[in-house]
Parts: sequence; structure tokens; C-alpha cells
Amino acid sequence: MATVTAQDRTTAFDAAVAADERIEPRDWMPDAYRATLVRQIAQHAHSEIIGMQPEANWITRAPSLRRKAILIAKVQDEAGHGLYLYSAAETLGTGRDELLDKLHSGRQKYSSIFNYPTLTWADVGAIGWLVDGAAITNQVPLCRCSYGPYARAMVRICKEESFHQRQGYESLLALSRGTPAQHAMAQDAVNRWWWPSLMMFGPPDDESAHSAQSMAWKIKRHSNDELRQRFVDICVPQAETLGLTLPDPELKWNEDRGHYDFGPIDWTEFREVLKGNGPCNEQRITQRRRAHDEGAWVREAAAAYAAKHNTADDTARPAHHTARPTEQHTAQATAGPAADTAPLHGEATA
Amino acid sequence: MTESTDWPLWEVFVRSRRGLSHTHAGSLHAPDAQMALRNARDLYTRRNEGVSLWVVPSTAITASSPDEKDSFFEPAGDKPYRHPTFYEIPEGVKHL
Repeated sequence: MATVTAQDRTTAFDAAVAADERIEPRDWMPDAYRATLVRQIAQHAHSEIIGMQPEANWITRAPSLRRKAILIAKVQDEAGHGLYLYSAAETLGTGRDELLDKLHSGRQKYSSIFNYPTLTWADVGAIGWLVDGAAITNQVPLCRCSYGPYARAMVRICKEESFHQRQGYESLLALSRGTPAQHAMAQDAVNRWWWPSLMMFGPPDDESAHSAQSMAWKIKRHSNDELRQRFVDICVPQAETLGLTLPDPELKWNEDRGHYDFGPIDWTEFREVLKGNGPCNEQRITQRRRAHDEGAWVREAAAAYAAKHNTADDTARPAHHTARPTEQHTAQATAGPAADTAPLHGEATA
Repeated sequence: MTESTDWPLWEVFVRSRRGLSHTHAGSLHAPDAQMALRNARDLYTRRNEGVSLWVVPSTAITASSPDEKDSFFEPAGDKPYRHPTFYEIPEGVKHL
């Protein structure tokens, strides 16, 4: 086999997807498949780190040390999820700086749900139950996504999300069973987060721009409407146990369909928030840019320390914790900025 | 943007418990090996997933080419006699 033709490669790719095999970073893949993945994984990664903001808003005001420790752990997990996903996006040949730059300049989006404010402590519970619940419904099928690194990141994320959802549910339950004022606070939070959570599944199937192709590529396994219905069906009985109502007068069990019917979603609101006109769009991106800028000195100091440390080792090579000098040397040689992600994927496109 | 390039990439290997080998967990960016280890601890072992960590510069890894995977691994393909199931042993023979 001397040369691999473009046709051979396309055939091999299609066959791998059809056979439910995973596509790995160094495999050939169509440019559009790569671009779709970069867009989706980047948006997902951005959502994780922007999602730290609405909840971090309540860390200093958590009602007990227990709730505070839980919330810190959850927000830290969101940072971790962002990192898993940025790593997955990088295997497609797109650098971390480029992704962050596109987020900061508004050229890549994050989930519109995070443009809503967290007005009370109960919002933290409602986010855990509904927003993380919707995220899990979306993400569990992504564990079988055709792109290996994305699927593996999702497996890890889904394991951790389960704690997020349960802590939210427990917190809402405590409020719901508390004083009348606490109960009212929980109900108000659910009223505000219910509809935006349903919008998290994206536009209806007949208006979803990328759905059909993504499903053909097995990046996506179920349609937006299918996952939204699944989520509604899961939530209704959970709300009953909470002793809270969902703010939809049309919500009703449909015996024939075997599903709950629900009222129309306000897609005008969804599009407005997506366009940047939600309650917190400006605040979220400003805060993200500020955090990045204010962290610059830390990154610079770490890079300067690493450079100095490496130079000193090259000349003096002091007795170090690593006994094998060849390995130590390898690490130094590659620690410069040129050691990007390049060697593992030469076909970078965005 | 203050910095123009990413920190180097490191591959992270985690030993989940003594007696098992280190397994690839993922990758991360860090300016040097010590920071890579600390970041790996925070990123990949938040729930007691590991008792030991390795971080390896990604550039130090040499990988086989996916384009050659058929020819590269083909030599093992026609040697079923390397597997114990290749051999027929009469019923009732024990400890074999």
C-alpha cells in the first residue's frame, strides 16, 4: 500500500463512524467534522468556566459551612470540566489561547443559561437540580460521541455531575420543607429557572441548524426535542417530591404519547439572550476578561520561574529529585513555548 | 492577550491504587514539571482517583502512525497459535 487516496480516507472514516468505532486525534477526518467538533467542544468548555460565575456569587453567603464547602467543590469541578474539554478541543489542533481569545472577543459562545442572574440562595439549588439536570440529560449520550477525546471527557464529567444535581436537589428540598419564606424562595427560584433550563436543549428540531449532520456523524445521538421531552418527564415527579410546582399550566400527562405535554417555549427570549441581550451577558464576559487579565502576572511569574529553573539546570545540573538525567533533560528541552500541541496533530483547522 | 503562546502540554498518568499500573488520564498545560504535577493532582485526583501520578511532556511521546496501523500490527494477525484457545485438548484433562 503505497499511497492513501482521499477517497480511501473518506471511506475509512465513514466506515469507522458506521461501525460505532471512535475517531481518534491523529486519524484523518473531514474538515467539516473537525470544525463542528471544535465549535461544539469549545462552546461546551466556555460554558463550564462561565458557569462558575453565577454560583460563585453565593460562596461567601452560603447558609452553613457544609453548604459552603459543597459549593466550593462544585465550582471547582466546573473549572475542571472546562479543562477536560479544552484539552479535548486541543487534540483537534486548536490552541488554548485561541479558544479563550474567541470567548473573550465574543466569536465563540457559551450556553445562554449562564446569562441569567442568581438572585437568591435558592437559585444555587435550582441550578443544581434543573441546569445540571438538563446538562446531564444532554451529556450522557455524548459519552458515546464518535470523537474519542470528547467522549472520554464526557464520561469523567458525567460522573462528577451527578453530585452537582443531587446537592442541588437536597438543598431545594431543605428549603421547600423549611419556613414558609424558605419554601417561597425555593418556588420562586424554580419558577425562574424552569423555562431557561428547557431552552438549554437548543431550538426545536426543525430549526436546529447543525442537528442532522451531527447526528449522521454520531457526534449527537438524540434530537433536541427528544432530550427536552426526556428531561421534562424526569422532572415532573421530582418536583412533586420537592413539594414545588413547575411554572407551566399546560404541563399534563399524555396517556397516548406516554409523555408529559408541556406549553410553548418563548424562543424569542432564547434568541435575544443568545444575541447578547440577556440579563447578565455583559457582566459574565466582563468578569471573565477581568479574571484573565488579573491572572496574567501569575502566568508570567510561573513562566519566568520555569525558564530560569531550566536555564540553571542546563548549566549546573544540581542533584535533583529525578535520578535519571536523560529524562530530566527531555523535560527541559520541551518546556519552552514552542512545545505546543503540534506533534500530535498536524492537520490543524478551526 | 498578555502571553502569546500556551504553556507546554503534559500527558498525565494516574495509578489508581497500589498493584495497578499507571493509566493515561488526560493532559494539561503547565510551565514546568512541578506545576504539571500539582495541576494534575487538582484536575485528575479530586475524588481519590490516584495514589501516584506521572506527568510526561507530550512532545516526548513517539506514537505509531494511524495511517500505517494495518501494516504495522499485521504481523500478529496470522498467528492464532499464540493463543491458548488455538489448541485442542481432550475432555477431562485437568490443570491445563
